[in-house]
Amino acid sequence: MTKSKADEEDYWNSSKFKAFTFDDEDDELIRLKESRQAVNSIQRLVEEDDDEDDVEKVSWSGEPVGSISWSVKETAASNQRTDREPAFPKIPTDTPSLSKSQSGYSLSSLFKGETALSDSSIRLYAPELRKPKSEYKDYVSDWSPEETIQRLQQGKTAPLEKFRSLQDKLLLLDFAVSAHDGNVITAVLIYLKRTLSKEVLFRELESRQTALRHFIHYLTETKDQRLLLELLRALGRTEDVALLQYKEHLSIADENKRRDFLKSCLSLPFSAEDSAHVQDHYTLLERQIIIERGGKVEIFQKFPRRASILNMPLITTLYYCCFYHYSEPEGTYSSPLNIRQAFKISEKQYFVTALAARAKLKAWLDVDALFTSRNWLGFTRKKSPLSFQRVVDVLQKNSAPTQVLQDYVGLVEDPDMRISLAQKHKCHDIVINTYRDMKDRQQLLGYRGKVGRGSAEERKIDELLNNQQIRWKN
Amino acid sequence: MAAHLSYGRVNLNILREAARKELREFLDKCAGSKAIVWDEYLTGPFGLIAQYSLLKEHEVEKMFTLKSGRLPSADVKNIIFFVRPRLELMDIIAENVFSEDKHHSSRDFHILFVPRRSMLCEQRLKEQGVLGSFINIDEYILDLIPYDGDLLSMEYESAFRECYLENDQTSLYHTAKGLMTLQALYGTIPQIYGKGDCARHVANMMLRMKREFAGTQNQILPVFDTLLLLDRNVDLLTPLATQLTYEGLIDEIYGINNGYVKLPPEKFAQKKQGEASKDLPTEPKKLQLNSAEELYAEIRDKNFNAVGAALSKKAKIISAAFEERHNAKTVGEIKQFVSQLPHMQAARTPCFPTLLKNEIQSLSNNSRQYPVSPVSASEAFFDNLTVEQEFMTGVDTDKVNTYIEDCIAQKDPLIKILRLVCMQSVCNNGLKQKVLDYYKREILQTYGYEHILTLNNLEKGGLLKPQTSSRNNYPTIRKTLKLWMEDANEQNPNDISYVYSGYAPLSIRLTQVLARPGWRSIEEVLKMLPGPHFEERQQLPSGLHKKRQQGENRTTLVFFLGGVTYAEIAALRFLSQMEDSGMEYIIATTKLVNGTTWIKSLMDRPESQTP
Repeated sequence: MTKSKADEEDYWNSSKFKAFTFDDEDDELIRLKESRQAVNSIQRLVEEDDDEDDVEKVSWSGEPVGSISWSVKETAASNQRTDREPAFPKIPTDTPSLSKSQSGYSLSSLFKGETALSDSSIRLYAPELRKPKSEYKDYVSDWSPEETIQRLQQGKTAPLEKFRSLQDKLLLLDFAVSAHDGNVITAVLIYLKRTLSKEVLFRELESRQTALRHFIHYLTETKDQRLLLELLRALGRTEDVALLQYKEHLSIADENKRRDFLKSCLSLPFSAEDSAHVQDHYTLLERQIIIERGGKVEIFQKFPRRASILNMPLITTLYYCCFYHYSEPEGTYSSPLNIRQAFKISEKQYFVTALAARAKLKAWLDVDALFTSRNWLGFTRKKSPLSFQRVVDVLQKNSAPTQVLQDYVGLVEDPDMRISLAQKHKCHDIVINTYRDMKDRQQLLGYRGKVGRGSAEERKIDELLNNQQIRWKN
Repeated sequence: MAAHLSYGRVNLNILREAARKELREFLDKCAGSKAIVWDEYLTGPFGLIAQYSLLKEHEVEKMFTLKSGRLPSADVKNIIFFVRPRLELMDIIAENVFSEDKHHSSRDFHILFVPRRSMLCEQRLKEQGVLGSFINIDEYILDLIPYDGDLLSMEYESAFRECYLENDQTSLYHTAKGLMTLQALYGTIPQIYGKGDCARHVANMMLRMKREFAGTQNQILPVFDTLLLLDRNVDLLTPLATQLTYEGLIDEIYGINNGYVKLPPEKFAQKKQGEASKDLPTEPKKLQLNSAEELYAEIRDKNFNAVGAALSKKAKIISAAFEERHNAKTVGEIKQFVSQLPHMQAARTPCFPTLLKNEIQSLSNNSRQYPVSPVSASEAFFDNLTVEQEFMTGVDTDKVNTYIEDCIAQKDPLIKILRLVCMQSVCNNGLKQKVLDYYKREILQTYGYEHILTLNNLEKGGLLKPQTSSRNNYPTIRKTLKLWMEDANEQNPNDISYVYSGYAPLSIRLTQVLARPGWRSIEEVLKMLPGPHFEERQQLPSGLHKKRQQGENRTTLVFFLGGVTYAEIAALRFLSQMEDSGMEYIIATTKLVNGTTWIKSLMDRPESQTP
């Protein structure tokens, strides 16, 4: 669509297609609406032709009436109206733990005990799927590992306990894996976890990658962090161990505990680059805890903060410090320059952040100082790692006055861009000077009409137009 | 409501009816009045199968959302939990059941697992000591859900993550099962092609399952001639790009879920002045998007630059047709007129023509001029698009991109950044270590160090990686498969590249080449893409070989393992409609995705993050 822009312009503006402008006042849409109303009225007359299911009614809540999600809300609401007592009283939290103590479950009962619910519920397909031949052996109970897996796959009972030798257990696992049924693989793994020593299990899993991945997934799901870490360590997957452990910091709410936990992560075997990032993470939180406490009262009173700085990203922290701690000596933890140094923030990021913070406070002198550099002769000039167009953008968003804006508009390098920005922000001098530099007499003449009559700008344009020295290009 | 499912080449309503029948059978198994407790996630997919009226006919009197605590009181005999097999849901169910027992001992509990029972979940229920409380534990196999006349989805959001990050192949097992169900209904598919590791697994499982059913033969005349299984990781690029079809754009901007789009209430607040404002909606409104709406069906696959013209044309036809009502004098003529009403269905849903009107209008306007700051939404959109197109055409993919840098500095949404960085990585066959390190550092500094975990996931998934070999084979792939078409025609397309305004989705090119001239012509490229490619045949009983009529189209089922975008679907529909293609496509997938939902599914959600 970046192509043939002119064509598209023609197309969108051509009278042929102007009929559709998306505008509500547009003729055709009105006609469409009228016809719609009429169609509706006709439809009511011929209702019997309509399949009841065919017209979907939509309630104002947005859910189609009669859809399941709508009805869930609806019946729940009606229920609440009739039900005077609070809907969900808190139950004592210790009830579930009662059951946990009796975890001497036998896995086989899962498959054997509830025959009533699994075998009796042989489902029928519509139209019916043919039954596999293996089902005809239902009455035999001496299943081979392969048959056992097939039965489990069909959701039937099959005791695993009878497989006692390591060889049989592994056979069971291999058949489960080749059946690709994650559910069955997991069932076998639970059995192996219960009946094999960790060393043996880990060793065997190492040569069975699929089963291993399912086991890892199982441990993750059941939040068996300890065994999972042990497994990964045994496999030599040290980076995974490190990341997994690092991830735990997310569940620590207290900032001091979180910081201490991150500190303990520093010694974990991360990859070289991740290790540096985790170090930075720790350093950042450590600083944030200090910064959170400090600062001069006045500025916080004048601009109350909306949130705590704890656990915010680095750049947000930098912005915060540029806002509240800008002029602090470089030695302090909250000094922006100190942060820039400590975390090796790129020049561009630093400038954008500092600019945004100081502009927000309308501290135009700070903004000025940010871009001013001195060369060895002592002359000052303005330099920026980001385009001055972006600088103008940020300043304008923070409603900088024209005097401030024009300094930076004048520094925009591309003349066309400079002119359009200058016109927009009414920096007449810049427009005039740029046209002069471009030797564009016609444009300058045109611009004369846009400045105030009898103004200084008008006089300046006249002077230029009358200047015999300039070789105009038009 | 489901009539649109039967208009297509393959009558997918059969599948829907089968699913409904099974649901009824299950409900009837629990005799007496019932209340359903829903895993909220499931209400969306179930909505594609059944309305509340069906449940009501089978004595479902109340429905609740699954929540911890006590169940709301309801005077019913049966409480049925409709849940996904997830451990955290089991804990909630256990809590519900526990607090229940003391009050009503007469209520019966049932669990219906969707789509499969899970040992792990039953074990958890047992640990919690409530397994014995259930009269009935069953599964409702909702593998492939008919989504539209030519589209099936498993609505299995985490499939890509599970397959490529966690290496959990459960979703592939469900896929194979779903395909077996499909074959039971529509006949054995004689030819299977595939590309990718997951495709290979699924095909293996299908062949294996078929062997288990050996002895009895499927006597249904095959509806599908070919099945093509494609791994999403064969084409990581396409979902990262911004979709530029009407439907794709709706998905990018508002998000389409389970066939519905949720629109902010402002969209409907355009009433004339003076009208009472009390009717104004305050909640988002949900709209169903499918081919039942004829006008929508007509414009949804168009490039957004062509939508305006198409709508304008349509509006003329409708109003002209409508004028004819004045000419209808006899009863017969009125009947004739009424029979045309479905063609004027725009009458029913006032929103479709105007949906996205502001967005599209401003986008279309801005594509023609260079706007000066302030940065408008549409300018950002086009800047983004320009960068995407640069990457796809291979411009400067080996350097740090200043646009991405600027976006990070402006703290644009993280997912947008990740989409772009991943795209650059994919188009460059991995980033130079220095470039990768730079991006990572900037991202972590700006968005928080905890995203180390997400970046690691993206690396595991192959979306973000350091360049290992010095050879970047993306240009070869691009040239051989003609992935970039310089003169894409958006108004009257002659090639699938119109769906991304120039970029032809790799996945669809593979599909196109397979139909003609065949994959043998692109062996070299296939070898550069990950995973094996293969072909299998399934024997048909001798009586079932189709006698093809002269000029009759063949039908291919394309299955995207790990997700498909609306733009890709549009491209396949375009191929189906091409006069000389000789092929019609039915599309199936684990989930409909776009770059945002896809990346989101790969992020490490800091679930337990403190406020």
